[in-house]
Amino acid sequence: MTGLPAKVDQRKSKTDEALGPANTLWRDAFRRLLRHHLAMFGAFVLLIVVVMGIFGPAITPYDPNGMDFSNRFGNPSVEHWMGTDDFGRDIFSRIIIGARVSLQVGFVAVSVATIIGASLGLIAGYSTRLTDEVIMRAMDVLYAIPAILLAIAIVAVLGKGIGNTMIAIGIVYIPIFARIARAAVLGIRNEEFIIAAQAMGAGDIRILLTHVLPNVLSPIIVEITLSLAFAILAEAALSFFGLGTQPPDPSWGRMLSEGRDFFRQSGWMGVFPGLAIFFTVMGFNFLGDGLRDALDPKLRR
Amino acid sequence: MNYQYVLQRLLSAIVVVLGVTIVVFIIVQIVPGDPARVMLGPYASDEAVLGLRERLGLDRPILEQYILWLGRAAQGDLGQSLINGQEVAEQLWGRIGPSFELAMVSLAIGLAIAFPIGMISALKPGSAIDVVATLFSQIGVSVPTFWMGILLVIVVSLNLGLLPPSGYTPIAEDPGDWLAHIILPAFTAGFVSASIQTRFIRSAMLDVLNANYVQTARAKGLAERAVVVNHALRNALINIVTIIGLQITALFSGIVIVEVVFSWPGLGRLALNAVEERDYPLLQGAVLVVAVMVTMVNLFVDLLYFLLDPRIEYV
Repeated sequence: MTGLPAKVDQRKSKTDEALGPANTLWRDAFRRLLRHHLAMFGAFVLLIVVVMGIFGPAITPYDPNGMDFSNRFGNPSVEHWMGTDDFGRDIFSRIIIGARVSLQVGFVAVSVATIIGASLGLIAGYSTRLTDEVIMRAMDVLYAIPAILLAIAIVAVLGKGIGNTMIAIGIVYIPIFARIARAAVLGIRNEEFIIAAQAMGAGDIRILLTHVLPNVLSPIIVEITLSLAFAILAEAALSFFGLGTQPPDPSWGRMLSEGRDFFRQSGWMGVFPGLAIFFTVMGFNFLGDGLRDALDPKLRR
Repeated sequence: MNYQYVLQRLLSAIVVVLGVTIVVFIIVQIVPGDPARVMLGPYASDEAVLGLRERLGLDRPILEQYILWLGRAAQGDLGQSLINGQEVAEQLWGRIGPSFELAMVSLAIGLAIAFPIGMISALKPGSAIDVVATLFSQIGVSVPTFWMGILLVIVVSLNLGLLPPSGYTPIAEDPGDWLAHIILPAFTAGFVSASIQTRFIRSAMLDVLNANYVQTARAKGLAERAVVVNHALRNALINIVTIIGLQITALFSGIVIVEVVFSWPGLGRLALNAVEERDYPLLQGAVLVVAVMVTMVNLFVDLLYFLLDPRIEYV
């Protein structure tokens, strides 16, 4: 008895889907995402990080650069939740401030990679064989150099600092976006709606932007989320090497490298910055996986 | 036998290496300042700088410079270090072994972790083991390599005093000591790659287990063990090998980080030192050698693939 009304409902919603507004697909995906527990956990963690990033200086309990030599290497306590470092600075405050750096680098780097990479991939997938070959072989070359090594080399050329770190990480991830965009274009370039647009005399750029791009958006969105995780890891590694954020600004990676000599005195200095990186990266990974499941239920396993 | 496939892979490897030489050559061209000036120091006379520029060919057109540089590189001459004047090739040569050893041991450790976990979770999809394994792989990819190295040093070396926190002993000198030094760095790099591989091994195995020929093998009454080992695993291996190949570049990325954390005398640490000392020829050489190593390992994996899958001959 209960089966029948449900069936009717389903049919009705299917009709709605066919006739409804163009963004129903996205709304469906969003609904699936809300039901994805790990993705929601990831989003929750990221919300905390984003709040730390936006309101950073306003919510730190102490001055992140304020030193207190009477209280060095303090263990976690009621006053200092995460203890204090070798200068007696409050580690919790420094971690809050560090969130902004990580997020900034992540977003700028991934934007660079997405815009350049996806454009190259769209062009490669849609244009002639020769252009495709040239672009993709160039991507192979960038891909053959291990990511961190390439980023180190680029920072070496451009100079140390946070801005150049963003550019370096962005360049490193260009090939990934190019490959994904190209694969997605190849999957649809011979579809009828593209041929129809061509037959109606639409120009290549118009077809790419209005017909191809919207259809390759979901793999790119997934990759953006997952790349944010990688970019934050890469920034932390470069700052750990002393190439990224410069003193005295706190960044999670740099806090770990500065603390290295003191782990014998206080292991805590090595624990919390790492946990901050770990949770942020995990948040993006969980959200990215959830997005993949939500946007492409066929791939679900 | 049709070797077209082998030839094609070989050719594309050569194209990639050539491309890398261009990237590496450009690195030094973009560097602000004059390499001759850097080499001679701030107090050198303008005539001396000019003389050196001429000697190094820095006054020639850029294409000519590249071809000259490439010609010398092909003969194993990668120039001299700006800091100590030593041959770059000589300095690199001693670092290849340690990096390669670390990469291979990491790969072995990674597979030793990933293979059983991936297999078990594919054989029992949806089980508690599968859920834990999937969670492990998702959490594992989020652990920063250098942080994990640091934590292992704090716990295993500093607190428990079990293994040395850093350093390297050549295997020929003292195999036991070599092993003691390589365990922590290799485990660190291997762990992160294991978490990625677990996922791929699981899905490669699942794909095969759902294939028709596996159903047939089951239907004709073969023992589950025989089905898994003889029918499924054999075919899954092909995909697994491909995935390992794709992971090689990422593995070397982890190796660079691990080398710095554990003071491992490999190419990655050399490259970072070169950056700190603005020793561009040395950096050039290190990036080139690592990229060639990665490409060679990839090529080797591709050829392995060719051996595992006889069908590829006819492509």
